[in-house]
Amino acid sequence: MAVWIEKEECGGCESCLEACPLGAIKMIDGMAVIDEKCNSCGACVESCEQGAIKTDAAAGKADISAFKDVWVVAELRHGNVRPCTFELLGCGRGLANALGQRLCAVVAGRNVKAHATPMAEHGADLVYLLEDAGLAEGLALPHTRAISDAVREKKPAVVLLGATPFGRELAPRVSRRLGVGLTADCTELGIDGQSRDLLQTRPAWGGNLMATIFSPRTRPQMSTVRPGVMKAPGREPGRKAETVQLKVNLRPEDTRLEILELKKELHKRVDLSDAKIIVSGGNGVGSKDGFRLIEALAELLGAEVGGTRIAVEEGWITQDRQVGQTGQSVCPDLYIACGISGAIQHRSGMAGAKTIVAINTDPNAPIFTIADIAIVGDLYRVVPELIAALKERRVEQ
Amino acid sequence: MDIVVLVKQVPNTAEVKIDQKTGTLMREGVESILNPDDAHALEAAIQLRERLGGKVTAISMGPPQAMDVLREALGMGADAGVLLTDRAFAGADTLATSYTLGKCIQKLGHFDMVIAGHQAIDGDTAQIGPQVAEYLDVPQVIRATKLDVKGDMLLAERTAEDGTEVVRCRLPVLVTVTKEANRPRYPYIPALMAAFDPNAPIRVWSPKDIGAEENLIGLKGSPTQVQKTFSPKIEKNVEKLSGQPAEMVKALMGRLKERRLL
Repeated sequence: MAVWIEKEECGGCESCLEACPLGAIKMIDGMAVIDEKCNSCGACVESCEQGAIKTDAAAGKADISAFKDVWVVAELRHGNVRPCTFELLGCGRGLANALGQRLCAVVAGRNVKAHATPMAEHGADLVYLLEDAGLAEGLALPHTRAISDAVREKKPAVVLLGATPFGRELAPRVSRRLGVGLTADCTELGIDGQSRDLLQTRPAWGGNLMATIFSPRTRPQMSTVRPGVMKAPGREPGRKAETVQLKVNLRPEDTRLEILELKKELHKRVDLSDAKIIVSGGNGVGSKDGFRLIEALAELLGAEVGGTRIAVEEGWITQDRQVGQTGQSVCPDLYIACGISGAIQHRSGMAGAKTIVAINTDPNAPIFTIADIAIVGDLYRVVPELIAALKERRVEQ
Repeated sequence: MDIVVLVKQVPNTAEVKIDQKTGTLMREGVESILNPDDAHALEAAIQLRERLGGKVTAISMGPPQAMDVLREALGMGADAGVLLTDRAFAGADTLATSYTLGKCIQKLGHFDMVIAGHQAIDGDTAQIGPQVAEYLDVPQVIRATKLDVKGDMLLAERTAEDGTEVVRCRLPVLVTVTKEANRPRYPYIPALMAAFDPNAPIRVWSPKDIGAEENLIGLKGSPTQVQKTFSPKIEKNVEKLSGQPAEMVKALMGRLKERRLL
């Protein structure tokens, strides 16, 4: 067993009971006992003030003092820097300040020199350019080579990537090659005041729980960060950063996979992550026809239409409009939830919206716990009224 | 075609509740299921074998009861299974898990393809596929929706954010599939029953069996650690509107204007 409690040392304070995410610690005769539900995650170890909880996880840190600076790996799509890169620079700036180290942007691609300036103007102190004809967008193998080699050479303390499809394909490969920890889809990052470790918080268990993860023994500390959560800094025109070209040494085996074509779908996939307003429907909408009402409201507001897993499974909307754990994570300025009860899987994808309006007949629906404005009522009576009010307002203007 | 499929037993997270008093997960009575994406991985592998011949081996790391998902795999049509179970495997993060699964695949010998579900519903990391691919030093096709093998080449379609990409690579390769890839078949009951036979082709392997180094598996081999867990914070002042729909909408319009959302 990898985690255990030394009976003689247990003071019976019960703080480990709260620390255990699985409820696997019980009090027996005033002493804490770990039961069979334990999966050795080690979350209880730190909670014990007596130091009675032991683990055989390798103790002590390797020499990690040589690792310095916070890196943001930029992502390009169709030659443009994706918005999440600037969000990472915003978040990375705070981490770099807390560590008293530099914020570095890493841009890898076929043609990257032009991107150095926007990186500097969004807060990077140093820009590393990795340029090679083989570094085409969307290819994990050559990018793994380029980024891993750069990390080995420069030894950053923190490496951040966007939790985009490509970021989540590339980051695990890099972490495996370097043999370091990686935390997926983080929604909050900070620096521990004492240990200086990166604290990485992410939703776990389908959003039922938040977990804070750290990697005390290995460097760099790697995270992918959920797009749309961190705030991009304002652009400071004229801000300068040193630019350093790094050597890229791709190998023949890095070209094993090739992209033959990108088939643009007739039905363009919807990216809800950038939407300012989203009108969403769930089970309460009841039919595909019912979504016409949702669409009408969305059109008046200049909003995108979203929906729950059920709405997708019933065929009322397409999968690319699904919001939630198995769909997209969104954080618009306004989210209007119509006939959505608010299962945790849905809430985890939209709880970050700045203003949430919920319309539901059930006053006990969980969606009302996170709504700013709760309307207990039938969406088929409320939404038409809202549409009428918006039309009237439009006429007035 | 020798295909290895990675499967995981997960708690049905849709049923998991939080004990509001202690802020811990209440897992009692929550059923364990085959991770949904992994059923699509099995279906993809079995379809390829049906067309091209060969062998499908499902492997899983987990507690002894994870045997159930391997039985389900055999019920669907997998030829063999391997359960990696040992206390020393427990507490593994994705790095330690990818090492363990990678060692197991190497121990099995020759493979043309490894297929995994895109992500597991308990962890949602989607890291195991790429990390196992890296460990095995093979290319990866992530979020595949269509697979076809011609000679020693894989032709696949994968979901990109602005369309579907057609990709090609030489075997061996690791593929992860999403729900759009196929419709998993139900287990064939006689085959499922046969998988309960003690002589069913499911092996149980320990760290020693796969030649895994002790300090690279389980909690010891995991660079990431959990510092704390907590219930998602709700710090909202919920304003409840009441009355007739017209009144509520009037109040709502006012609030949206105040917040400069109109």
